[in-house]
Formats: sequence, C-alpha cells, structure tokens
Amino acid sequence: MTFIAKPKVVHPSLPRNALGLIRRDYEGALSTLCAGCGHDSITAAIVEACWRQSLEPQNVVKLSGIGCSSKTTAYFVSGGHGFNSVHGRMPSIATGANAANRRLTYIGVSGDGDTLSIGLGQFCHAIRRNLDMLYIIENNGVYGLTKGQFSASADVGTKAKKGETNFQPPIDPVLLAMTLGASFVARSFSGDKQQLVPLIEAGLRHRGFALLDVLSPCVTFNDHEGSTKSYAYTREHYEPAVQADFVPPEREITAEYGPGEALAVTMHDGSRIMLRKLDAAYDPTDRGAAQARVQERLKSGEFLTGLLYVDPDGGVEGGRQEFHQVNGTPEEPLNSLPYDTLSPGSNGLAKILARYR
Amino acid sequence: MPTVTNRINDFTIKIATVNGTGSASANTLLMKSIFRSGIPVMGKNYFPSNIQGLPTWYEIRVSREGHLARSGAIDLMVAMNAETYSRDVKEVSSGGYLVYDSTWPRPVLLGRSDITVLGAPLARMCNEAFNGVRTRILMKNICYAGILAALLDLDLERIRELLAETYAKKPQLVESNMKAIGLGYDYARQNFSCPLPLKIEKMDRTGGHIMIDGNTAAALGCLFAGATVAAWYPITPSTSLMDAFKGFCDRNRIDPRTGAKRFAFIQAEDELAAIGMVIGASWNGCRSFTATSGPGISLMNEFLGLAYYAEVPAVIFDIQRVGPSTGMPTRTQQCDVMACAYASHGDTRHICLYPANPEECFYMAGQAFDLAERLQTPVMVLSDLDVGMNDWMCRELKWDDAYRPDRGKVLDKAQIEKLEKFHRFLDKDGDGIPYRTLPGVHPKGAYFARGSGHSQYGAYTEDSAEYQIVLDRLVKKWATAKKLVPRAVIDATGGSDIGIVSLGSCDSAIREAMAILKARGVGVNYMRVRSFPFSEDVERFLAAHRLLFVVEQNRDAQFRALLTLETAVEKSKLRSLLHYSGLSISSSFIVEGILAEGEVRPETMPGPGALPPRAASGTV
Ligand SMILES: Cc1ncc(C[n+]2csc(CCOP(=O)(O)OP(=O)(O)O)c2C)c(N)n1
Ligand code: SF4
Ligand SMILES: [Mg+2]
Repeated sequence: MTFIAKPKVVHPSLPRNALGLIRRDYEGALSTLCAGCGHDSITAAIVEACWRQSLEPQNVVKLSGIGCSSKTTAYFVSGGHGFNSVHGRMPSIATGANAANRRLTYIGVSGDGDTLSIGLGQFCHAIRRNLDMLYIIENNGVYGLTKGQFSASADVGTKAKKGETNFQPPIDPVLLAMTLGASFVARSFSGDKQQLVPLIEAGLRHRGFALLDVLSPCVTFNDHEGSTKSYAYTREHYEPAVQADFVPPEREITAEYGPGEALAVTMHDGSRIMLRKLDAAYDPTDRGAAQARVQERLKSGEFLTGLLYVDPDGGVEGGRQEFHQVNGTPEEPLNSLPYDTLSPGSNGLAKILARYR
Repeated sequence: MPTVTNRINDFTIKIATVNGTGSASANTLLMKSIFRSGIPVMGKNYFPSNIQGLPTWYEIRVSREGHLARSGAIDLMVAMNAETYSRDVKEVSSGGYLVYDSTWPRPVLLGRSDITVLGAPLARMCNEAFNGVRTRILMKNICYAGILAALLDLDLERIRELLAETYAKKPQLVESNMKAIGLGYDYARQNFSCPLPLKIEKMDRTGGHIMIDGNTAAALGCLFAGATVAAWYPITPSTSLMDAFKGFCDRNRIDPRTGAKRFAFIQAEDELAAIGMVIGASWNGCRSFTATSGPGISLMNEFLGLAYYAEVPAVIFDIQRVGPSTGMPTRTQQCDVMACAYASHGDTRHICLYPANPEECFYMAGQAFDLAERLQTPVMVLSDLDVGMNDWMCRELKWDDAYRPDRGKVLDKAQIEKLEKFHRFLDKDGDGIPYRTLPGVHPKGAYFARGSGHSQYGAYTEDSAEYQIVLDRLVKKWATAKKLVPRAVIDATGGSDIGIVSLGSCDSAIREAMAILKARGVGVNYMRVRSFPFSEDVERFLAAHRLLFVVEQNRDAQFRALLTLETAVEKSKLRSLLHYSGLSISSSFIVEGILAEGEVRPETMPGPGALPPRAASGTV
C-alpha cells in the first residue's frame, strides 16, 4: 500500500512570523483535558508566544512532570522534543538537558502539586542554579489528575469540592522564587491572555531562570463556590500590578508610551520589556520592596500579577550568573564536542599514570 | 617461642592508628616502596565513618606469588592506638610480631608468649626532635615507617625518592619526613635484630603494573569514554570517584584557547536529582553518569524505571557499602546485586557490570557507556568499597587510540530528512533496539519521551495491544544485550566437577583459595560472572558442574538468587559461601568454607589426598 501525505491546506492570508510559519505550526496534539480547563488557555498562550517569538520549533524543548498540567507539553510545538518525566522531578531533567545543549529553548510546564508538593526541592534548586529556562506553574490549588485533593498552594479557608476546608498555609511560588534569588518572577491568570502572552515572551527571552506562576482554574475539582482558585474568585481577586510588553530588538519603542509612564528593561539579546506600573506603589526592580508588596496584598487575599520582579541585568552581566557561566562550559553545546577533544589518548594516559607507578 | 622462617616477601602487616593523624601518608609510603622493590603488594584501609579520632587500620599484604586478597592472618602488627591494643594484640598470628610506642609502658601488650613484642619510644623521640603538637603527631606516624623500614630491610633511597615525588613542591617536607624516618630506622637497628625473618628482598614482579584504586580507575574510564556531564550527591564510598573525575577534567578538559571547561560537573541536591540530570543530559546527547552507593540507588529507583521504559541511556556506578539502611558506610559488601538488577517498580531489568579490580573499573566504564548508548538503557557498574577505595596492583591501563564511542542508533539531520515519518519505538532492525533522535536537530525527529504507556510509534496509549508490543520488544532488546555484555571469566584448570561461581571483588581471594586447595589436593573450577544479563557461557558452566560454591559478600545470597531466577540451574547444586562482616573477603574464609563441605574433603578427591602441613603461599 502506498501513502500520499495529505498537503495541509493553509489559507494564504494567515499571518506568518519571521520564519514564515503560521500559528498552527506551533500547535501540538489535541488536548485531552476537561473542557474549560485553565491549562488549555495557557497552552494557547504558549503557542501564541512561541509563534510571535519565531522560535525554530526543533529548538524548543518541552519538559514536564506528572499531572494534568504536565500533560500539556504534548499540546504545543509538536516540532520540538518533549519529555514527560516523573512526578515532581522535571527540574533535574531540565538541568541535565540544559547542561548538554545550552543553545535550545527550555520550557518547563508543571502543576502546583508537581512543583510545590512532591517537587519542591528540585524547584528550589533549579532556581538556585539559575538554570536558563522558562518554568510555568499551572496553578489550580489541587491535584487535578488524582481527583481534587488539596495541593500545597491551597489557600487557608478554601473549600474542597466535597466541603472540607484547608487550614494549612499555602506555599506561594512567587514569594519563594523571590526569596531564592530568581531573576525573573511573574504571575498571571489563564483567563488573561493579554497579560499572559507577553509575559511568556519575556520569560522565553530572559537568560536565567524565569518563573511564571499562572492561576489556572480546575473546572472539574476546584471551580465551585468557596474555592479561592475558581474562575470567579480569581477574576475578582487578581490585581495586575505591572503590565509587561515585549519589544523585539528590531522594533522601536514609540508612541504607545507617554514619557515616564514605562520603564524599559533590556534583555541580553537587545530586546526590551516595557514595564508599565498599574499599581503606583509597586517597583518590579526592587526585590525587597516587591516581595513585601506581594506579601502584603496576599494577606488581604489579593494576587498581584504581572512581571513582579526582574533583574534589569537579565540575571547575567553583573547580576546572578547563569548555570553555564558558573560551570564555565564552552559556547558550543557539550553534546556536540568532538570526541578527540574529550579523550587525552594513549599518550595522555601514560602521562596520567606516572604517579601510580 | 615459635619463630616464623622464610617469609621473605610473603607476609601481612597491619597498622592500627587513629584517623586524622596523617597515618595514611606513612602507610602509602610503606606500601609503595615495597611495590617499587618489585614485589606484589596490596593495601587495604579499614576506616571509621568519622573524620577524626576513631580507630583505623591499614593492612599491607606482601605476596611474592601475587596474591592480592586478605590472607586472613596478621604477621606483623604496628599498634599505634592504645584504645585498640587489646584486640590488636589478639589478632597477631602465633610466631608473629608487634611493634608499639613504648613511650608509655603497656602491660596489656605483653600477655602473649607466642609473639615478639618490639617497643620503640616513638612519641618521645619525636617530641624531642620536632616542634609543634600537630607536627609531632604526624611525625610519630612517619617514624613507625622508619622502624618498619629497618625491620623489613626496605631501601631508604626508595623511600626518599617517593617522598621527593609526593612533596615535589615542598622540598623542606622531604627533609623533615626523612628525619623522622631516620629516627625510627636508627632506633630499630640499634635495639632490634634487623631485619626480621619477614623481610623484603628485591624482586622483579611489578614491572608493567600500577597501584591504583578502583574509583580513580573508573573516573579515568569516564574521562576516556568521553563523558561530559557528571551529576552526583556525596556519599561514601563513591565520592572519590567523582572527585577524581573532576580532577582529571580540570587537568585534561580545558579548552587551551578559551579556558572553557569541556564538561559539566554538577553537585545535585540529592540522588533523585543526580539521576534525573544524568537522564536529561543523556537524552539530549551527552555521555553522562553518576556515582553513588546503596542509599542513593534506593532513591534513584523511580527514575531508573523511567530510563528503562523511555529508553534513555544512563551510566550509574554503585560503589557498594554495608547495608541495610545507612549500615556501615565505610565497610564493604556486595549487597545491592538484587536492588540494581531489578531496580524500580514494574517489569524492569537493568544491565549490570561487576568489575573485580581497578583495571576492570577502567575498561568497564567505557563499556558501560557503549552499552548504555547502544541499548538505550541504564547500565549499572557494581563496584564496591574494597575495589573502589583500596589500592590494588594491576596491569598498567592501556588506551586504544582507534576507539570511537559507540553512540548507538542516533539519527542525524540528513537521515531524519529522508524519513517519511519518524517512529521512536519501532523495531526496524529486529534486534529490539529502536532509533532515537536528539532535540534541536530536525522538527521531523521530534517525539515525546514519556514514562506513561506508549505505542511503538511513540504516541501515548492505554491500549493493551499497543502497550504490550513495546513491552515485548524490550524483552527482545534484553536478548540482544545478552550478546553484547562482557562474558564470564572461566578457569577450568581445576579439572573437576566442582566449581566456584562468583562476581566482582571476591576474585583475588578465590584465586588464592584455589591455589591453596590445589596444593591440598582439591581441584576446583571457577567462573567469574561479569555482567547481568548473564552471558550464554554462564548457563553452560552451571550445567557442567555437579556442585557449585557461590561466593558473594552479602547475607542473603543475592547473587545465588539471581542465578536461580535467571538461569535453568538446579538450586540444590548451589552452596553459598557468604561473607558479610564488612571486611574484605579473605582466601582462608573460602578455603575453610569449601573444605567444610563434606563432598569436597581431599580424601574424597582424586589425587594426592593427604594435607600438606602448610600451603606454600599461605596462612590458612
Ligand atoms: C511518585 C508519584 N506519586 C503520586 C503520583 C500520582 N499523581 C499524579 S498527578 C498528581 C498530582 C498532580 O497535581 P498537579 O501537579 O497540581 O497537577 P494538576 O493535575 O493539578 O494540573 C499525583 C499525586 C505519581 N504520578 N507519582
Ligand atoms: S481535572 Fe482539572 S486540571 Fe485536570 S484537566 Fe480537568 S479541569 Fe483541568
Ligand atoms: Mg494542580
């Protein structure tokens, strides 16, 4: 039997990015999540951001742990390799993969259970290493895949679907990442694509560890009255503090911003993020102040969102050293070094063995 | 009093000290100067899980015949630790010697009339000759090396030459060390009848050999195999492997132009992360490894199952130590045989290699990477504390410059380009090994690695038939592995229907035991298994023998269990000789164990029959 591959019908008017690719080229397999799941909106935002950023699909590496959220790496950029690892351990896979080839773009997708419960240790250590990756938490306050138990991000007083109340304080990934010295910390909401897409773009461009915590309601187990992670509650309590717009290197910063209205943060590749403060009291470049403000608002039940902290040095020059800088590895990926540059050969061995004779 | 005669180049010295007092350099000096005199020698360190202040022992066996295991007997004890005097004195063989620091009188050492006790006032001499508390303690230890040099008739020039090599950058230390050596040497010459019947006479049996520990050799193997990502979490006795790898890389992997490091050395937050990093790096095309010990293997289980099922290469060195749990971290065992063979839940089986000595650690490191990448699966190298941390004399390591790493079935860009569609888990060649692609090469090569159910095309599945196709192919891959792993080493010169079956570090003790048994008229054959899955010759050897002694270092006969599970051997033929004290296995343990078995008494054997009074090389 012979096969004729069906040509994809592409409407000529569909917009193309710098690589000539359309949005569909950044999609993945069909989602199997519940209809209305917040995670699917995040997937759509990732597709949009990757398309806008004109990433070569094969250079995108998608990594995840286990959970509904972790499944979504199969649902975007089908031209990129994916690794759906084990529960809570994606950061170590990301570390090894990144060590092997620093040239690729690493996107990790995890859940609040995957990151803040079973995977808390690995998450913290990836931040400490300032691994160059975008780490997205699809945060719904529950373990979706195991049917709705509270996760470590469940707020005090929130009610489970079956009526039980949570009394343990949550671990907030944003505050944690700020404390651990992350150089890019953002929060958003799956229902706010306007805010989310540019944050993903900026996170992709950031060199070093970029954390993006996205409130992402679980329609099946955590969208009821009394839940603090439902669509309704989140809409009411999320508070954009800083709007971040991504400006590629080739584009000029013009008209949209009045003088003094926005702060331009230059990334390592020359692109900029324009930060517009929506909350006058907020300074996203002052780690201590930003942390205090996020915490203060959390106490009154409000989630500040946007690019909440960014190291203007992009976590690189003068700022925190990124993983490969610390390790002093070469510019070319370790996985492409020719073998003869790795082995000292028989003469080298004879020299090495001198002290064992 | 019985005295030992004609023990030239054939005796064992044991040195009892306190750890953290610098005795290691004195011991290495002694051992190395014997080695440089051309006589086969072994050094074993029995140290506590502590940094300073607890008892530690060093055993040096000198063997003109080249027997490098513990004999089980001590001919000369150097008792430098008052706390262990009473047990140290008991351990000396009848007719043997004991040297101690007589600065303070020690009646406890004088209770045995069948040994010779030699007292030298080491502390007093060093206190008079050196300043500073620390220096005096260190020099006291060097000083006993001087005593031994006189007693054993060691060449002082050789000692100076070794010190000069060690302290090439601090020549003043050579002089102070030689001064301490001289103090001991002169005292012994004046007060004892030197040399003893146990003495060193120059030979020519160490040419072409080196003295090295297995962890250093394994690290060298990783360097030469082209490993570029090493991730680990510190644990005794594996730490020295990683330290050695880093040291070799710092000296041999620096880009001369840019100063960049052609390796990544990552100290992980725990062993879960360490193996995760290895899997991530291997998946992304690097040769990557970790080294750990039992507790780390326990933690790595879930990830090992992932690597098995998602078919990702990984190399893991397990330097086994005494379990269960934290056990005795600085003592040796072979107690992870089962834990490694079937690590992780579900149907998993892992390739294991069992090096017997540093030489094999070196070569098996390279083989481990080739096998892991060829077979796309984890490979565990089961060394142990004895092989890993003790000094072994072995043949000089050689490297074949024609070697090229076997990276296995990895499709490059042009190959992917030609494909209609790439299917990650399809058995195209009938050997059970699918093709893989690396990230960043070609969008058509992209696939989704996962530990959840998948079809041979790489898609997620919950379909029974699709799932089983992949699982059954993994069995086929296992059959291919059987053909690629190192074969057993078989010695059938015993000409008997009795065999010894063993693995790893039992080897030198077994070979000596065989020589002793042969001298007593008991011939046995020997098979040393070097890998799991068992190569085909294993099954044949088991079938060909009437009675088989399975020698291993754990309580539960794990290796015997593995043999019964994975071969057709009749259980009743297998007798276990289990050594699990935590000390290295000795030849006498094996000889006694075999002779205790009624069916192998020399009278029942063909040949000489009567027991010679004492085996030529030994101390049974
Ligand atoms: C070692 C281990 N323990 C437990 C599980 C079961 N498990 C699967 S997903 C999950 C929780 C996922 O929660 P989260 O990361 O928040 O993802 P969500 O489904 O909510 O998106 C658990 C406990 C597992 N897969 N592995
Ligand atoms: S269970 Fe919740 S998290 Fe999982 S797919 Fe359904 S809505 Fe999404
Ligand atoms: Mg969740």
